[in-house]
Amino acid sequence: MGVAAVTRTRIFPLALGIGALAAAILSVEALIRIGVINRFIVPLPSQIVPAFERVIVEEDIIERFRLTFFEAFTAGAMITVVGVSLGLLLFRVNILRQATETWVAAMASAPTVLMYPLFLVIFGRSAWTIIMMGFAAGLPPVILKTIEGLAGTRRVLINVGRSFKLTGAQLFTKILFPAALPTIFVGIRLGLIFTLINVVGVEFLINFGGLGQLINDLAERYDLPGTYAAICFVILVSVCFFVLTEWIERWLRPVD
Amino acid sequence: MAEAGRLNLPAVPKVGTKSRALMRAEPVTVVRAAIIVFILLFWEVIAQSGLLYRDVVPSLLAIGAAIVKLLSTSDYYWNLGVTAGEVGIGLAVGGLSGLLIGLALGGNRVLSKSFEPYLYYLGPTPKIIFFPVMIMWFGVGPGSKIAMGAISCFFPIALSTAAGMRQIDKVLIRVGQSFRANAWQMATKIYLPAMRHPTINGVRLGLGVAIIGTLLAETKLSNRGVGFLIIQAYSLFDMPRMYAMLIVLFVVAIGANALVGRLGGLSAIRQR
Repeated sequence: MGVAAVTRTRIFPLALGIGALAAAILSVEALIRIGVINRFIVPLPSQIVPAFERVIVEEDIIERFRLTFFEAFTAGAMITVVGVSLGLLLFRVNILRQATETWVAAMASAPTVLMYPLFLVIFGRSAWTIIMMGFAAGLPPVILKTIEGLAGTRRVLINVGRSFKLTGAQLFTKILFPAALPTIFVGIRLGLIFTLINVVGVEFLINFGGLGQLINDLAERYDLPGTYAAICFVILVSVCFFVLTEWIERWLRPVD
Repeated sequence: MAEAGRLNLPAVPKVGTKSRALMRAEPVTVVRAAIIVFILLFWEVIAQSGLLYRDVVPSLLAIGAAIVKLLSTSDYYWNLGVTAGEVGIGLAVGGLSGLLIGLALGGNRVLSKSFEPYLYYLGPTPKIIFFPVMIMWFGVGPGSKIAMGAISCFFPIALSTAAGMRQIDKVLIRVGQSFRANAWQMATKIYLPAMRHPTINGVRLGLGVAIIGTLLAETKLSNRGVGFLIIQAYSLFDMPRMYAMLIVLFVVAIGANALVGRLGGLSAIRQR
């Protein structure tokens, strides 16, 4: 098999990616050991690996994960219920939609996370500040995608429903909502991602809650291997969450 | 796969004659005005009622006065300049490296398949968690804030550039090759103009997250910049000043975003 044929195989890019990552980690290990990189600034990767076990056992990571999950789940449930309801309202009342859709879009791109000191004043240093920050950040995409999904329902489906003399409620539950569901879920997925980013970020910033606080705690104790291990753990959780929601989105997407 | 996750913001409707547009917009404008008036009235009633803790919801007059006071002090502009400088350098560093990585990934299928998934999945992680590491590497001064800005904007710019590179019409590339254009000419005459739209979109997204990353880092640990001023107002419980700073900041952030789009000719591209 020639070089060109090898590069075209499915396994080659995967192996190259993992190999490059492993080579980078080994290079960092070597550079720290020969003193090019200061070990008091960057810990040895071989120290970070055992730190995972220490962080999991000593820092009660399961409880912290549960807390972060609770905050993200509560905010996620809120953006789903409120976002889909508001999207439906704006879809039904056209004038309201025309008047406010650009505002919602502006909210989606606004740096809402910077309002966390304001939320701290309103809700105190509690889980509700974190939940409400996640809610505020994740709401706009759900509203926008709900409107987009409902408005994008194929005309022929609605006409079929009308020909069967469906009532307004039946038309919504049997035609509009199922047809719009894949797009609505895209919005919910985007909203959940924004929510998770904000939940972990605000936990870190206000030093309260689960995984975000853990990173802050370990950094303040100057536990470098632990800090790096905790950051890797949060990245792993984010990636798993992202992959899972992407998988659900693909499953919901209709086959063309 | 990025397509599914893209948020399609509503397009600005095309208008015919000016008068017809005004007539059509009238009820919408009335509804908008009514909503704004309702919110302002509701706010003022809450502020005056004393239902919430004192000063948590300050009166509109107090917020207005705080905005005027804020904008008339040189101290604010100095701190705004510090933040703008940090965001600018962060955007330049992160944007340039994102552009180069994006070009490399977009131009090579094997590299794209090998490394793009890492960028794609690392992109949505909360970047603020890297701040302790940035403090270790670059210190507590502006360096760590610039690094936060750079790391925040790197991912959207790299991914947009890679996607833009792949979307270039093959015909344009063949035209360049048939004119025997060298690599530099291909880059400046074919690739960069053809991928302007996704790249500018990436820069706009990158600017937004660079502002957020830098300001959040300033609120966490800094003695200068707008983020520091916001957290200082919180510490002093100077709520009108905090509201004023958040309002001005939102206007500046949205304005900067629109400016990048305009300077990059995004509206002109859309109209074609």
